[in-house]
Amino acid sequence: MIKARVTVTLKNGVLDPQGKAIEHALGALGFGDVGSVRQGKVFDVELDGTDRAKAETELKAMCDKLLANTVIENYTVALI
Amino acid sequence: MKSAVVLLPGLNRDRDMIAALTKISGQAPVTIWETDTQIPDVNLIVIPGGFSYGDYLRCGAIAARMPVMRAVAEKAAKGVRVMGVCNGFQILLESGLLPGALMRNASLKFVCREVKLEVANANTAFTRGYRPSQIIRCPVAHHDGNFFADPETLKRIEGEGQVVFRYADGTNPNGSLNDIAGVINAEGNVLGLMPHPENLIEAAHGGTDGRALFEGVLGAAA
Repeated sequence: MIKARVTVTLKNGVLDPQGKAIEHALGALGFGDVGSVRQGKVFDVELDGTDRAKAETELKAMCDKLLANTVIENYTVALI
Repeated sequence: MKSAVVLLPGLNRDRDMIAALTKISGQAPVTIWETDTQIPDVNLIVIPGGFSYGDYLRCGAIAARMPVMRAVAEKAAKGVRVMGVCNGFQILLESGLLPGALMRNASLKFVCREVKLEVANANTAFTRGYRPSQIIRCPVAHHDGNFFADPETLKRIEGEGQVVFRYADGTNPNGSLNDIAGVINAEGNVLGLMPHPENLIEAAHGGTDGRALFEGVLGAAA
């Protein structure tokens, strides 16, 4: 079995109202060094098989087709 | 004039939409389920609002990948008119039938109120019942209606008249770029909008400003 972690983040230039709210909340908690926060998503995916190259190709296809909206989001795929 | 309404688990504005279409066209729309791969011959397909699949992953993301949406895309490619309202708009964007994306409201709050809309393009099959730049009233109810498109796309859709409705008189409820409330595809047969025109079609609703949209598209498609 192959385990992978897919990380989806907002593209630069896309406003992130949730990240902003978290940023302000962290400031309110006294974390004064916080410059900015961007919120994203993490997917831990388990795939059958042992072909890592194939798995990576499949995972990228999953991102393009469903896990990320490439109008507003970037993604990275990491095999664990 | 025949119409169809797409039903998906989690949608909750389907009854309002069916009532509006029935009242204005004099004929009840056929209903299509998420797993249907064939859509009967109709002139207009409507995807109503709600929270399909609980808004999981992203609003409209799961619905956009259901078999019925492939059938909708095939019909759209043949020129059949398609309209998505609220969650239906999100689904059309997620399925790539319309340009852009809808993000969490800038206020982070669910907004349920009446807004003013400017008919930014009255020269479409959907909006021909309105005057150019006419200001109408319309209710909105959503959490993710903040329209976004990259600068290039935004320039293109603005230049091509694809922005059909704009929030007017400072009533933008969600932070949408350029106050965009509704867009149409380049071919002019697929429209998506966040506000709910189906909820303003008879006096009992407190107004009839949404009526011309249905009359326009139902008449145009007859």
